[in-house]
Amino acid sequence: MSRLGEGVRAYWLIAGMWVRSSMTYRTSFVVTMFGNLLMTGLDFVGILLMFSQVDSLGGWGLPEIAFLYGLSVTSFGIADLVLGSMDVLGARIRDGSFDILLVRPAPVLAQIGADRFAVRRLGRITQGTVVLVWALASVDVDWSAAKVLLVPVMVVSGAAIFCAVFVAGAAFQIFAQDASEVQNAFTYGGTTLLQYPPTVFGKDFVRGVTFMLPLAFVNWVPASYVLDRPYPLDLPQWAAFAPPLVAVACGALGGLAWRAGLGSYRSTGS
Amino acid sequence: MGSWRLYAAVAAGGFRRYATYRAATLAGVFTNTVFGVILVYTYLALWDEKPHLGGYDQAQAVTYVWLGQCLYSTLAIQGGGAEKDVIERIRTGEIAVDLYRPADLQLWWLASDLGRSLFQLLGRGVIPFVFGALFFPMALPTDVTSWAALFVALLLAMVVSFGIRYLAALSVFWLMDGMGIMQAVMITGVFCSGIVFPLNAFPGVLGDIVRALPWAAQLQMPADVLMGEADPLGAYAFQATWAVVLLAAGRLLQSAATRRVVVQGG
Repeated sequence: MSRLGEGVRAYWLIAGMWVRSSMTYRTSFVVTMFGNLLMTGLDFVGILLMFSQVDSLGGWGLPEIAFLYGLSVTSFGIADLVLGSMDVLGARIRDGSFDILLVRPAPVLAQIGADRFAVRRLGRITQGTVVLVWALASVDVDWSAAKVLLVPVMVVSGAAIFCAVFVAGAAFQIFAQDASEVQNAFTYGGTTLLQYPPTVFGKDFVRGVTFMLPLAFVNWVPASYVLDRPYPLDLPQWAAFAPPLVAVACGALGGLAWRAGLGSYRSTGS
Repeated sequence: MGSWRLYAAVAAGGFRRYATYRAATLAGVFTNTVFGVILVYTYLALWDEKPHLGGYDQAQAVTYVWLGQCLYSTLAIQGGGAEKDVIERIRTGEIAVDLYRPADLQLWWLASDLGRSLFQLLGRGVIPFVFGALFFPMALPTDVTSWAALFVALLLAMVVSFGIRYLAALSVFWLMDGMGIMQAVMITGVFCSGIVFPLNAFPGVLGDIVRALPWAAQLQMPADVLMGEADPLGAYAFQATWAVVLLAAGRLLQSAATRRVVVQGG
């Protein structure tokens, strides 16, 4: 437990350093944050463009898709803020600067996670939250206590699931140094996928995203419960409340992958 | 004749430079394929809801998606080609060395970027496209002429893409930092090129505007040329006009920049 505290402390210190450094160029910071907001909003503009031509997609209306979108983007945004710099790991291994992190007296995961910590990533979270709030106000739902409670649970569990994907991706980069883009397929690809209803995708595809890489628990399954829609793959009713458990399991697997990756690390020596 | 050999060598260098990173290329192929699959499913649902949206049938919409994935890095739609190098060289002051070279700055980087584009097309673009053709119904022509017409449209698209990004890069002579402008390149590129949504299907006036902008020369034109939805000569004229305008603007801005340039760094 003290090791965890140590990691959080190291993360906090390093992240704080990057925040201070980015605040040196204040205008640049404001502009990039605004740009980040615009950039991440383009996905939603794409959805709006689609809905300028149709009234529903895969049987889901705009407010319902906005609900999926808001959940996916907000939870991904949190994971991206916390661990989004993981994709520089490959570059660090290539140029040898990863070795420096290994000899420092702080957990490597905390160091690499906080590396180049970028406050501008709040742009994505802000944009996702705005869409989510709009969706919550406009979906036609008979709200019960369970449904209300499930919304924050979804965001937090979703963020944890995405964090696990980031960590597993980082572990993969130790094996395949130049392949940081593979991680993008699962992280950015994952959040894009979850912006659309499961009814749009092929059955085998949905199965893969439910049982192999359990992204379906970020929003598809619990959101189906909230919106009173049939579950993907006819999952049992309680599956909507499984996201916290799925998140813990993913976290454990991600941690194991990271340990395995770190254990097999060989310096490039350059 | 000698100077053409120089630029050919620069282009070959650009090609080889990107060809060096094999694992990164494979990773990119994988990512583009995954994104292609996700987009294809959403487009199929969309065209299911509204057949003939934007004048395409379902097979054409699928073709559009895979051509988009094929051209994503080829045309550096979200940036990341020569402009990244130019910005970095302006920022560090190394651009002074480039200006001393007995070669034209704009042509040098154009050649280098074309080399990169050609590699990305072959190394990174073809496989996702073939994957798409194997697993999804696509509207592909069977005659050689259409494919040759596509290739010409692609070459013009590469020049237009470079023209836009080179202008953006030159602005760093005044801005000193490339972060903001690179974001602008990304946002306009992603939105206006039609990678998010085909420009043909954009509604109303917005559609008229985006279809007239230079980004339309990147994905929309080649796609329509390939699928026989546009007259190749008309498409080429549109692309070539923008290519000339952008390169001329780049030339003007370049001479303005080099006249008043204060090189950064020590």
